[in-house]
Amino acid sequence: MTEISKISLRNLQKRFGEKVVLNGVDLDIAPGDSMVVIGSSGTGKSVMLKCILGLLRPDGGTIQLDGNDIGTLRQRERNALLRHVGMLFQGGALFDSLPVWENVSFGLLGAGGISRRDAKDHAIETLAKVELDAPTADLYPAELSGGMQKRVGLARAIAASPDIIFFDEPTTGLDPITADVINNLILERVQELGATTLTITHDMASVGKIASRVAMLHDGKIIWSGNASDIDRSDNPYLNQFIHGEAIGPMRPDASTTMPKETY
Amino acid sequence: MTMLAGIGRSFLSFLAMMGAVSTFAGRAIFHAFAPPIYWRLLGKQLIAVGYFSLPVVGLTALFTGAVLARQIYIGTGRIGAESAVPTIVVFSITRELGPVIASLMVAGRVSAAMAAEIGTMRVSEQIDALQTLATNPFKYLVGPRVLATTLVLPALVLVGDVIGVMGGYFMATEMLGFSGSAYIRNTIDFLEVSDVVSGLVKAAAFGFLIALMGCFHGYRSQGGAQGVGRATTNAVVSSSILILAANYVITELLFAQ
Repeated sequence: MTEISKISLRNLQKRFGEKVVLNGVDLDIAPGDSMVVIGSSGTGKSVMLKCILGLLRPDGGTIQLDGNDIGTLRQRERNALLRHVGMLFQGGALFDSLPVWENVSFGLLGAGGISRRDAKDHAIETLAKVELDAPTADLYPAELSGGMQKRVGLARAIAASPDIIFFDEPTTGLDPITADVINNLILERVQELGATTLTITHDMASVGKIASRVAMLHDGKIIWSGNASDIDRSDNPYLNQFIHGEAIGPMRPDASTTMPKETY
Repeated sequence: MTMLAGIGRSFLSFLAMMGAVSTFAGRAIFHAFAPPIYWRLLGKQLIAVGYFSLPVVGLTALFTGAVLARQIYIGTGRIGAESAVPTIVVFSITRELGPVIASLMVAGRVSAAMAAEIGTMRVSEQIDALQTLATNPFKYLVGPRVLATTLVLPALVLVGDVIGVMGGYFMATEMLGFSGSAYIRNTIDFLEVSDVVSGLVKAAAFGFLIALMGCFHGYRSQGGAQGVGRATTNAVVSSSILILAANYVITELLFAQ
């Protein structure tokens, strides 16, 4: 790869006690790419994402965002970097003690230099981009449906016009129609921002919709990566089993692959 | 052998827990005072912890003061020293019962609420979301809670002291035949500043422990609703025990000759 990667993982390692979760992950995402990482539940997709975001400390390897090795950054520098990063959490992870607009503008308010009135106006503009109307801004997250929470989560992720956005299972728990709406919104907003994205999912409909490149994580390693258009033409048996959702194949989904959580 | 191994394991996990609590406490104190301080959140916590604990603290103080006056009246009656009732009531309340009982009540209310709220934020990834939005969860969640509870508990205890003495006064004047003016005079004449101040010092320490335990257990909770439930229980039990243990230590430090 000749051009500089926006996101670059080299030999990323993470284990919890005895269990090796990430066993040397190498991944490069070029600027403007929409990378989707697929893999069975419990293969370490979320752990990889949490390592990139600095929520978990990897045991080995390097992570570069925009050419900065995040392992060597000081807290202040890391925060500055994070202001250019958006994240949509699987469950939304909206702050339920705050109204919707404060959720959306949380990053802006935290960065300072903006009045609460302006922040609210900005939140309402951002909500419009995910097709939510102004009265929604004053509701609390608990008053929203699952699909609306996802939209608010998306609004929060794009509010600061980030150039890198992460999506953690953006369509999990949604009905197929709502999922498609969310996929379309992601596609539109990301293209508008020109952002580089990394999505982890096991929803093949999502992959078909938003991916420009696909990588498959299995047993703590990337076992296949390529253009989204090549995914059906691969002769990788793991990938083929996964995209066709077959129980019979080289992978044997194991009940014991649940991920132990790190204690903070 | 398995028994020895068990003892060793629990001792090691106790040490690990002590280390974790100490580190957590250090970070909590640092972020409670290091700028930027979230004034809005601090104010919110002052109201949640202080103002909304007033009914609980006031009621317990009132009943405790009344019962205390009755029992001391019976006790001193055995040696013919009933006139000491006001002095002993105010002495006991300001030095011990005021801070300890108010803090135990607040521990049940506040440390449980903090553990449940922060625990839910942990298991629903809201704490992760804070970090990705470049916000330090210690500064945003832990600092304001610890600072507010430490500041507000002495004020609550002072209110509780006054209401407790009032409870004793009502009991003594209404049921035990004391004269109101003599009761108040006896209360004030033999009260020393150190009685009240030592109680307030204790209150501040207990407030710190209450918030620390609530935040600590909430922050470390894992495993969904059950984990949050466990964190809440642990927060109340550990803060209650720590209050009583710290009460002993502080009393020894302040008053041992």
